[in-house]
Amino acid sequence: MLDVVIIGGGVVGCMIARELSRYQLKAVLLEKEDDVASGTSKANSAIIHAGYDAKPGTLKAKLNVRGNPLFDIICGELDVPFKRIGSLVVALNEEEVRALEELLERGKSNGVPGLEIISRERLREMEPNVNREALAALYAPTAGIICPYELTIALAENACQNGVEIKLNSPVLGVRVENGGVLSVRTPGETLYTRYIINAAGLFADEISRLAGAEDYRITPRKGEYLIFDRRFGGIVSRVIFPTPTKISKGILVCPTVDGNFFIGPNSNDVGEKDDVAVTQQGIEEIIKGARKLVPDLPLKHVISSFAGLRAVSDTDDFVIRASKKVKGFINVGGIQSPGLSSAPAIAEMVLEILKEEGLELREKNNFNPKRPPIFKFRHLSNEEKRELIRKKPAYGRIICRCETVTEGEIIDAIRRPVGARSLDAVKRRTRAGMGRCQGGFCSPRIVEILARELGISPLEVTKCGSGSEILKGRTKEFIETGGVINAK
Amino acid sequence: MQNRELVIIGGGPAGLSAAVEARRLGIKDVLVIDRESEPGGILKQCIHPGFGLHIFKEELTGPEYAERFVREAKNLGVEIMLDTMAIELTADKRIIAVNSQEGLIEIQAKAVILAMGCRERTRGAINIPGFRPAGVFTAGTAQRFVNIEGYMPGREIVILGSGDIGLIMARRLTLEGAKVRCVVEIMPYSNGLTRNIVQCLEDYDIPLLLKHTVVNIHGRKRVEGVTIAEVDDNMKPIMETAKFIPCDTLLLSVGLIPENELSRMAEIQIDEVTGGPVVNQRMETSVPGIFACGNVLHVHDLVDFVTREAILAARGAASYLADSDKKYDYVPVVAGDGLRYVLPHRINIEAMPEKRQTFFMRSVKPMAKARLSIESEKGVIKSRVMRYVKPSEMLSIPIDRDEMKGIKILKFNLQEEGDSVERGE
Ligand SMILES: Cc1cc2nc3c(=O)[nH]c(=O)nc-3n(C[C@H](O)[C@H](O)[C@H](O)COP(=O)(O)OP(=O)(O)OC[C@H]3O[C@@H](n4cnc5c(N)ncnc54)[C@H](O)[C@@H]3O)c2cc1C
Ligand SMILES: Cc1cc2nc3c(=O)[nH]c(=O)nc-3n(C[C@H](O)[C@H](O)[C@H](O)COP(=O)(O)OP(=O)(O)OC[C@H]3O[C@@H](n4cnc5c(N)ncnc54)[C@H](O)[C@@H]3O)c2cc1C
Repeated sequence: MLDVVIIGGGVVGCMIARELSRYQLKAVLLEKEDDVASGTSKANSAIIHAGYDAKPGTLKAKLNVRGNPLFDIICGELDVPFKRIGSLVVALNEEEVRALEELLERGKSNGVPGLEIISRERLREMEPNVNREALAALYAPTAGIICPYELTIALAENACQNGVEIKLNSPVLGVRVENGGVLSVRTPGETLYTRYIINAAGLFADEISRLAGAEDYRITPRKGEYLIFDRRFGGIVSRVIFPTPTKISKGILVCPTVDGNFFIGPNSNDVGEKDDVAVTQQGIEEIIKGARKLVPDLPLKHVISSFAGLRAVSDTDDFVIRASKKVKGFINVGGIQSPGLSSAPAIAEMVLEILKEEGLELREKNNFNPKRPPIFKFRHLSNEEKRELIRKKPAYGRIICRCETVTEGEIIDAIRRPVGARSLDAVKRRTRAGMGRCQGGFCSPRIVEILARELGISPLEVTKCGSGSEILKGRTKEFIETGGVINAK
Repeated sequence: MQNRELVIIGGGPAGLSAAVEARRLGIKDVLVIDRESEPGGILKQCIHPGFGLHIFKEELTGPEYAERFVREAKNLGVEIMLDTMAIELTADKRIIAVNSQEGLIEIQAKAVILAMGCRERTRGAINIPGFRPAGVFTAGTAQRFVNIEGYMPGREIVILGSGDIGLIMARRLTLEGAKVRCVVEIMPYSNGLTRNIVQCLEDYDIPLLLKHTVVNIHGRKRVEGVTIAEVDDNMKPIMETAKFIPCDTLLLSVGLIPENELSRMAEIQIDEVTGGPVVNQRMETSVPGIFACGNVLHVHDLVDFVTREAILAARGAASYLADSDKKYDYVPVVAGDGLRYVLPHRINIEAMPEKRQTFFMRSVKPMAKARLSIESEKGVIKSRVMRYVKPSEMLSIPIDRDEMKGIKILKFNLQEEGDSVERGE
């Protein structure tokens, strides 16, 4: 009998898993895909918002403001890149200037520190590439940027190290309830008996809730598309640049990434399907148009990739974080749209409080290790450190990804670490191999080879992102139809 | 820190040709660095014939062409350091390279030749909408899988872009039993060599759809098909013409980009049109003593020209090593009407390594007949009629030193001419 089963390996599920791993209990996290961070947590704006945006009194506002300062500790412990670069909401006309005042007030009542409205002169000084017509901006020094999938993976690794079992390729198909309380969770491979279920299934949280016969709510997907640019132009802005927000969204922004690139996006369009992460032509045009209002001169010839993410919009318009009144032991953590990433640490705290209230005893472990094993990023090391590392392990001297300077050693590590990579995308998220300007053109054949060797499988079995996404279709000569002479098997 | 006389980064045909020439010119210490475990560059995976027609007057495969230079380089005592990637280059010619045996290697070179080749443009660079499933490859990556690793990237294939690699792969995959549904090209003309259109598509009945592009990629996990559409004269897709083509693979052959990360680190001036360094008469970049040749300088369609350019760079390096303090005044070389670029970008006529300088250029569009005229501030100094000019086929013209004596500027123009009765050049 397990104490807790967490459904969903996004940032929310993994944050909860790591928090639970501090205590003496048996917990399992189930993720349907072949890696954690395969849903919304891998495709979003990656901003740790300051917290001025959400309506005062909502969970979004409260948990965002509470979550923001926790990132320094978490990212320090887990060695995840996080930069508090600050954000600017830019006003392009008088009406927007007035809206900034409102935002400032809202921010203050949410308890956001350090907010100020700055003049156009100061804005120009800070961000010379921002539209020269801008009149003023709201500056939020506490906003930051992070790598959301690296954070999610780090949380999963650390939870795993501390005893939470992370089961990949494990879609939850059924939940059994007995005597009004949670009994078990079924995946294709097994049935797990548990006292508590935490539903952190992102876009699918409504379906899981329904499966369990718990509260009914609806989640609809709302797409956001992005274009990401070559690192050579990463310096175009130094802070997160927002337009003045509208009622429905924070708008299309121009934003640096922790890896030194920058992106533009997202737009905001409701879509019919929960796996529709296709980028559209209209979408691309829309985000270019939007971003140009903020930064008129975009190096559009140097886009390296596009992607889309889906917001899990709940019909309650706020996060749904509460114990079910209908099914004892079932806790919903749904509708976690933006600022869900920023709020994740506070969401996890809140879920633990709920578990306690629901009767789970939380006794601290004395051997909890908040740090994950060190990660070597060759490109960030000094020459001395590089030399030392290669001497210890020659595989760090073989560069596999030329654009991002990722070595074979790092790829092997990514495969062998806890919650190790099993596919090309999983290697990419852990090492950045294939994320640079050539987008894997050079390194993907080599990574296929390394994955096959490390996992003891044929290259034909290596996938991009789990079963069904095999990279290769066969050996050469296999498809040739002959009279049975050359190719008679 | 190692001290070396001439270091060549990249051991493809450019690097190897330069190394051979450098040794022949008497440079004693020539080091070639390449990140692959075999020298030869991209030629290793080009197992089709069509290399060396100009230089060797015979038709070799890529590996055969490369092998001639590898053997020659070894005979002449060129040191080739393999499995080694150069990761840093400074303007004062310090190189940092890594490999797993020696670890981090620091080298101080007296002269450097850049021969890093190019990389392929990707889906992101051309913004194709749709999902991001497995089964989208650049043509060169697919070529590596097939010709080097022995694996098939797909069974039913659509190729976007009619660059040479795409055309070659259309034939290759067909011979391997895959079905190539079509080659889709956004321009009203092909970007490949005419001989490749004939030998790789027409001979196998593979349709070439000009003025078409891929507007959507379908399939969540693996490509299930693509939507293609005709484009208008502004290259905008005409959505009424959209149609779905089932396939499991999309190959991209949409252009090559010179690989100049190291050049940028060394603060070498880059020409935004070619994507490669700005060079002078001896293929020397804006940083004295650093030279460039081959695809790192501008994308070539014929390897023979790569070798010629490399020889020039090697001669440049040799004269630099003999006298490194020489300063030059330059005559600027300008690409005028009808031309995308002309190389070299500037020349010093007295210092030309040979008595004639060959200029390389690409036209902006196909022309059945065109006049290439070269003028100085004094007027036209040379002109020539050219037939069947295409952007994909590099043009070249040699000009004698005597013809350029005393001029201050050199401007190249390519003008379309109506077809008259006159024949030939
Ligand atoms: C365009 C966009 C921009 C955003 N920008 C920001 C931002 O800048 N800052 C910010 O704070 N927030 C932002 N967000 C919000 C943030 O990304 C999300 O709140 C957060 O990632 C949600 O995490 P999650 O774990 O709830 O969901 P997910 O990451 O989607 O995780 C849910 C997981 O559950 C799994 N799952 C689903 N069904 C099952 C099942 N039956 N069995 C097992 N597993 C299952 C899924 O595969 C998935 O991995 C943005 C969101 C979008 C879409
Ligand atoms: C698929 C294809 C088909 C072709 N078909 C024909 C044909 O039929 N006939 C013809 O005449 N021409 C053909 N060409 C053109 C011609 O062969 C190429 O233009 C030529 O190979 C370019 O040579 P290169 O040495 O500049 O570059 P490459 O051959 O690309 O060599 C560059 C080398 O540099 C190495 N390198 C790069 N960066 C580093 C670094 N930082 N550290 C260490 N090493 C590095 C690379 O590994 C590589 O080995 C073809 C080209 C291609 C790509």
